[in-house]
Amino acid sequence: MSDFWRRFRRNRGAVVGLVILALVIAVAAFASVLFPGSPWDMATAPFVPPGEEGMLLGSDSLGRDVAAGIAHGARISLMVGAVSTVAALFIGVSLGAVAGYLGGVADDAVMRFTEFFQTIPSFVFAILLVAIFTPTIGSVVFAIAVVSWPPVARVVRAEFLSLRSREFVQAAEVLGKSRIAIVVTDILPNALSPIVVLSSLMVASAILLESALSFLGLGDPNLMTWGFLIGSGRSVIRLAWWMSVFPGLAIFLTVLALNLVGEGLSDALNPRLARQRGGAA
Amino acid sequence: MAVSRRGFMAAAASAPVLMTVQEAMAQGVAPRRGGTLQMMLTPEPPVLQIGVNQQGPTLAAAPKIFQGLLTFSPTLEPQPVLAKSWTISPDGKEYVFTLQENVKWHDGQPFTADDVVFSIMKFHMELSPRARAIFSLIETCEAKDPLTVRIVLKQAFQPFLLMFDATAAAIVAKHLFDGQDYRTAPAVQRLVGTGPFKLTEWQRGNFVRMDRNETYWKPGQPYLDTIIYRIIPDSQSRRLALESGQVLLSQSSDIEPFDIPQLRQRPNLEVETKGWEYFSPLSWIELNHRVKPLDDARVRRAMSMAIDRNFIVNRLWFGVGKPATGPVASTTRFFDANAKIAAFNVQQANALLDQAGYPRNAQGVRFTLKHIPLPYGEIWTRLSEYLRQAMRNVGIALELESTDAGSWARRVGNWEYETTINFVYQFGDPTLGVERTYVSTNIQKVTFTNTGGYANPQVDALFQQARAAAAAADRARAFSEVQRILVEDVPQIWLMELSFPTVYDKKVRNVITTGLGVSKSFDDVFIAG
Repeated sequence: MSDFWRRFRRNRGAVVGLVILALVIAVAAFASVLFPGSPWDMATAPFVPPGEEGMLLGSDSLGRDVAAGIAHGARISLMVGAVSTVAALFIGVSLGAVAGYLGGVADDAVMRFTEFFQTIPSFVFAILLVAIFTPTIGSVVFAIAVVSWPPVARVVRAEFLSLRSREFVQAAEVLGKSRIAIVVTDILPNALSPIVVLSSLMVASAILLESALSFLGLGDPNLMTWGFLIGSGRSVIRLAWWMSVFPGLAIFLTVLALNLVGEGLSDALNPRLARQRGGAA
Repeated sequence: MAVSRRGFMAAAASAPVLMTVQEAMAQGVAPRRGGTLQMMLTPEPPVLQIGVNQQGPTLAAAPKIFQGLLTFSPTLEPQPVLAKSWTISPDGKEYVFTLQENVKWHDGQPFTADDVVFSIMKFHMELSPRARAIFSLIETCEAKDPLTVRIVLKQAFQPFLLMFDATAAAIVAKHLFDGQDYRTAPAVQRLVGTGPFKLTEWQRGNFVRMDRNETYWKPGQPYLDTIIYRIIPDSQSRRLALESGQVLLSQSSDIEPFDIPQLRQRPNLEVETKGWEYFSPLSWIELNHRVKPLDDARVRRAMSMAIDRNFIVNRLWFGVGKPATGPVASTTRFFDANAKIAAFNVQQANALLDQAGYPRNAQGVRFTLKHIPLPYGEIWTRLSEYLRQAMRNVGIALELESTDAGSWARRVGNWEYETTINFVYQFGDPTLGVERTYVSTNIQKVTFTNTGGYANPQVDALFQQARAAAAAADRARAFSEVQRILVEDVPQIWLMELSFPTVYDKKVRNVITTGLGVSKSFDDVFIAG
């Protein structure tokens, strides 16, 4: 573990990313303490510029506190990012494992199915799904999960293909372990590192997707999210720039942090690759 | 562009200045002949044949081509257009219209009383549900001579004249439509009217061009050479087009309310909110009375009291519009200023709900209602977000559900909603545009009827009384009484009287002169030098 941390630390960007991410998570966790009450409350006059009347980041067209919106929005954005990633991982890992371990017809069938999803532009597909199921937090998470699992399935399949012919797997087979036990206890732990790296990037793209959907007015109308904040500020940007800029910064920093952390994880989990990269630079 | 500019110059240099003394005095400026007026049309209508299409953009553009017998002043007094004069019998049943002389269709045929009879009894009777409801009261409609139309009603119907504006019943050419399917007749594509402008070119997705009708029946008019409607789908581009002078006039929802404050500050632009008196759109929270506890008048009254309408008008609509005071808009006939809904008072609203037997639970919530924001753009979403907070202050949880315009109309039409937002035109008279929302005989599974399901025999009787009475004074009494009942009962929670500002360059004159705003012929509009 300390070895892992040492390798992670060597990537300075990753550490910065981790700090930002920790801050965002802290803000989300303490949103109700920092900004008690609902983020939809009209706290002051509309269009108060940042820094005036106790509004740190200004107020929006209904006099709602933008800072409160960002803090409470962090919860939803992180939650959507995490839950939809877990769901996408579940689909992707299961299908990828089946395809990679069984091979043959099953592999072909699963991969054609995956390609079918990959050929549809993911954002358009997500919009379609949300529009069909009416925008609620559940349908948004579902839509994001449905459009983001195919890369996972492909990565997992590739890992499984290379691992299943290794000696330790053959040994397990000879010992008479069941297929499921082999997949879960022998192969999967060894395929974990690319999955971990991929999932940190998936959280970032899920946050972006959710924000884009909310921006278009396809978010849950009862939940405050970053995309909603930007979307509602877009039309009055000449009047109140702060309404779009601060939530935009929040998205930018969070996504950047997740990407940096992902890279750090990749370095830490694949020491050989990291050293090569270090040598080249 | 090049062609129209050359035309503009030539006309400016050579055209004589024509005007009537009256007009010159009214404006203080002599009308100047010539010039091209560029405007915008949003969204682009499928056809401009009024009657076949009755959507907002058609109603704004088509009156340049087609005319009605009458139009209406800002106080909704009838004014002559194709009818030079008219008489009404003392019992209110017989209407005789005398038509203008020497009126010709754009194809050169003379305009006669037969065209009027055909338009009323066949064309609009078949195409327009709104006209059919009124024109079915007609017993006989005949052309006494080529310039006289006589209409006898089965019963007196005082708001009858309001149906003769170009937007309600434009007169169309009998010789081009009779005996054909009105929707597919060739004339629907090659428009022929009596108006001051002829449709000369329509590039789909780009512009609609109308040129001066040289044989227009008003001597010396129209003043403009050309009208061009540009199709600009994006609202910020429309604002830029107006700011840069590319277009000289914006109408209805071309410009978003949040852009209005900045446009007001431009010295060359005029922002006019008048011109919607005939339509008088009124918005409200549409309640489904089949959903408990919305059947309780105390609950509805408390909800109404929880809303700060000044906030809605000033903050959400940037001062464009007026807080509603009751079921009848202040610009509609028979509006009674004494019948007013209870003022904004959160404390009283809470007390009323406590009294009605809806205590708050541990979370401070009395009951939960679903709410569909009107899917007509983001300002309506903001409105619903405001209402959710306003209702929270009195312990009512409003849960928003997003939907698209098609689903909204279907769900409201099928009574599949708890609360939503609606706005409805009043057409100048409570019998034409208010009655339909409140009488139990109009509870139908159709949008813009009494979809809420409110039923009150007293209200039914008073609306019926006002409908049948021939004398305005009797009607006024019935309408005042009904307004007093409705503001106590609050069947729908009225929010604001909408107004869609017309923004135009100050050198364009005579823009808003009637109660129908830009839905007029523009034969008197000119561009001052």
